[in-house]
Amino acid sequence: MRITTALDSTSLTTRYPKTALATTLFFMLALPFLLYAVLLLMLPFNQPEALDAVAKRLGWDLGHSAYRDAWYGLVLVIEGSFVALYTAVFAGVTTWVERRIAGRMQSRIGPNRPGVFGFISWVADAVKMLFKEDLIPAEADNLLFRAAPYFSMVGLTLPFVVLPFGESVIVADLNVGVFYVTATSAFIVVGILVSGWASNSKWALFGAVRGAAQVVSYEIPAGIAMMVPVMMAGTLSMQGIIRAQGGLPWNWFAFKNPAAFVAFIIAVTASLAEGNRTPFDLPEAESELVAGYHAEYSGFRIALFLMVEWANMWIMGALAVTLFLGGWQIPFVSVETINQIRGTDVFPTLAWFGLQFVSLAVFAIKTWALVVLFIWLRWTLPRVRVDQMMALCWKYLVPGAFACFIFTLFWVMLPASVHLASGGLLSLGAAFLLVKFGLRTRKNIAQVKGARVDLSNW
Amino acid sequence: MAETVERRILGRMSPSDEEIVINFGPQHPSTHGVIDFVTQTNGEIIRRSIPDIGYLHRGLEKIGESVGYPGFMPFTDRLDYLAAMLANEGYAMAVERLLKIDIPPRAKYLRAIAGELCRISNHWVAVGTMASDIGASTPLTHALREREAINDLLEELCGARLTFNYARIGGVSFDAPEGWREKILRYLDHLESYIQEWDRLISLNQIYVKRLANVAVISRTQAIDYGLCGPNLRGSGISWDTRRDLPYGAYPDFQFEVPVGQGKMGAVGDCWDRYAVRVLEILESAKIVRQALARLPEGEIVAKVSRKPKPEPGEAMARVESARGEMCYYVVSDGSENAYRVRVRTGSFMAMGIIEEMSHGLMIADLIALIASLDVVAPEIDR
Repeated sequence: MRITTALDSTSLTTRYPKTALATTLFFMLALPFLLYAVLLLMLPFNQPEALDAVAKRLGWDLGHSAYRDAWYGLVLVIEGSFVALYTAVFAGVTTWVERRIAGRMQSRIGPNRPGVFGFISWVADAVKMLFKEDLIPAEADNLLFRAAPYFSMVGLTLPFVVLPFGESVIVADLNVGVFYVTATSAFIVVGILVSGWASNSKWALFGAVRGAAQVVSYEIPAGIAMMVPVMMAGTLSMQGIIRAQGGLPWNWFAFKNPAAFVAFIIAVTASLAEGNRTPFDLPEAESELVAGYHAEYSGFRIALFLMVEWANMWIMGALAVTLFLGGWQIPFVSVETINQIRGTDVFPTLAWFGLQFVSLAVFAIKTWALVVLFIWLRWTLPRVRVDQMMALCWKYLVPGAFACFIFTLFWVMLPASVHLASGGLLSLGAAFLLVKFGLRTRKNIAQVKGARVDLSNW
Repeated sequence: MAETVERRILGRMSPSDEEIVINFGPQHPSTHGVIDFVTQTNGEIIRRSIPDIGYLHRGLEKIGESVGYPGFMPFTDRLDYLAAMLANEGYAMAVERLLKIDIPPRAKYLRAIAGELCRISNHWVAVGTMASDIGASTPLTHALREREAINDLLEELCGARLTFNYARIGGVSFDAPEGWREKILRYLDHLESYIQEWDRLISLNQIYVKRLANVAVISRTQAIDYGLCGPNLRGSGISWDTRRDLPYGAYPDFQFEVPVGQGKMGAVGDCWDRYAVRVLEILESAKIVRQALARLPEGEIVAKVSRKPKPEPGEAMARVESARGEMCYYVVSDGSENAYRVRVRTGSFMAMGIIEEMSHGLMIADLIALIASLDVVAPEIDR
């Protein structure tokens, strides 16, 4: 293979189509697979005892070594860095996914040059961002201006400590999981406020103040709505809430209890607002505030802000999936079965690893479905106004969330047969709505004689 | 230091301790060109916003005095680059009145067809950018896709896609190419069904309606007092259309409605009304194009006019219904090859005047909606 000095990826893909296809497919599949697999394989070594057993098998008596804690800590750090890496990769891949979906929705093509389908464009974007000039306005507060993106980064990565990825893939299953997520993800707004203030720009200040008002307000309906599944499960632990649900839709909290379904919609709406996604992208409303709180940022620092924005979608989606949509629960496989398959040995059986991987996939698919929903909303809806955003929160979402909360208080006292019946009815209703939506979309498309699915320009 | 316009505007601001003065522009994503809106706000609430215009002043009217009568035609394209056909037509009409010549009927019809297609294309941009200013970016690309089809049609007619330079003094430059009629009809069929999808996508979107209804309501009196014209005037419920009320060219031959704001979503004259008038005008223009195509007369497309016309000393004025309202050309001749004076009155400039009064008490997002709903084009303001 010749080495070309020009970075003209178009010619590279046309010159070596098979290599390009193979590389892209490799990246597309290998990156998430690798991250998941590493997390999964490292999992059995999460406990000091397991680590001891591995060392013993290798002929090293770690159990009585003076460095036992240090080794254990190192393994945890490596595991943690893989989780942090996941946020970066997810944010990058999502930018590509979002731009491709937006391209389709807007009857244009979107990035399709580097790699096949343009998949590698997010890597190119990241590299470009890193090499851009890091500009700090002369009148800005130098220290705070530099620090602001890291506040947001901290707010992004901390919730990943308790966000589950699969049946046993979780960094720490804290017994205050739900509270922990809401508390730490609010750190993002600190970054927004600090950046807006430190930029010493009126646009940035407007964005920051809007952001602060928005996130603080929407924490309340989100928090109350999250209490609904917490009450239904009787625990605040993320894994505990998922274990209280089941693999099939009528066992998910959202379709089990009518109040939980409403709470699900409230929580998703509120999380859109907390994540500054359209229709609540007021802090960075580009047609009003130019770029809002990050108007003065460039290069690596804006890359961090944008990464937070996109990776935050995983948190939004994963939280909703955990609380309302059954998490990683595999249909027809109960948690007891998984535990039986695991056995009592220090190291689990191979079949257990297989099931774990299925649970990872279930969770990822559900979360991605929600992420695509957020993308879809972003490219469809206009932006609300500040007062409308506040009115929606305080006049509708907060009372609505309270009503769901009260309803659930009584609902949990009802017998299990009622729960099952309402679950069945709600699932049927949701399926009916889905089918109706599909039929209506088809009718609308037929009306304007538009193309149904045209993948010719991929 | 010399007293600049900006300084004078800032002098009028005198913000209190709780207020700030902020410049929306000259470079801002939603000012639709280089316009500066010097805005005094208390948080999100605007106390007043004063447009500071002139950043795009190119002295086009002065150029009109030195390039000869036919030579000014390409400059009229640059007056209103989104509806260049209509700007061409107005200037051609003024000079024709000065020369006291009549143009062939086919030329009149071709001007009407091209002008109405251009109006549709302009309104697509207007409603698309309005949606994008409200925060929805997808409608804009769809609107531009629809406009693209018209660009193709007009390119086929005259070779240009933006600055057409199509009208000539005494007629038009090119005859309709073969098969053009069928292509237009096919597009209009698509357009009329596509409008339904457009309404579902954005016009009737609840967030969009809530953002525009009852915002910046311009009453009938205000609209007349400030000299608003075109869709902005009709949005306030006043049924005035130069094409119908002071007919020119081929327009007396056509049947069409003049849509006016009806306050369907809120008060008459709010931003949604001004928006809806534009969407309805797309359909009305489509009607006119159909009628014109159905009875397009045969014959010459340009009258016999000297290459360097020297009109008798005198003056003439022509008013056309441009996409942004009544566009008046006032041309004075001193009997030489060059005009003694060319003056253009445009809808965008008239719309600028009302912003200061309307902006009081609006929110920042509403100001953007107001500017978008007035559908201004910067070169038309500054000329």
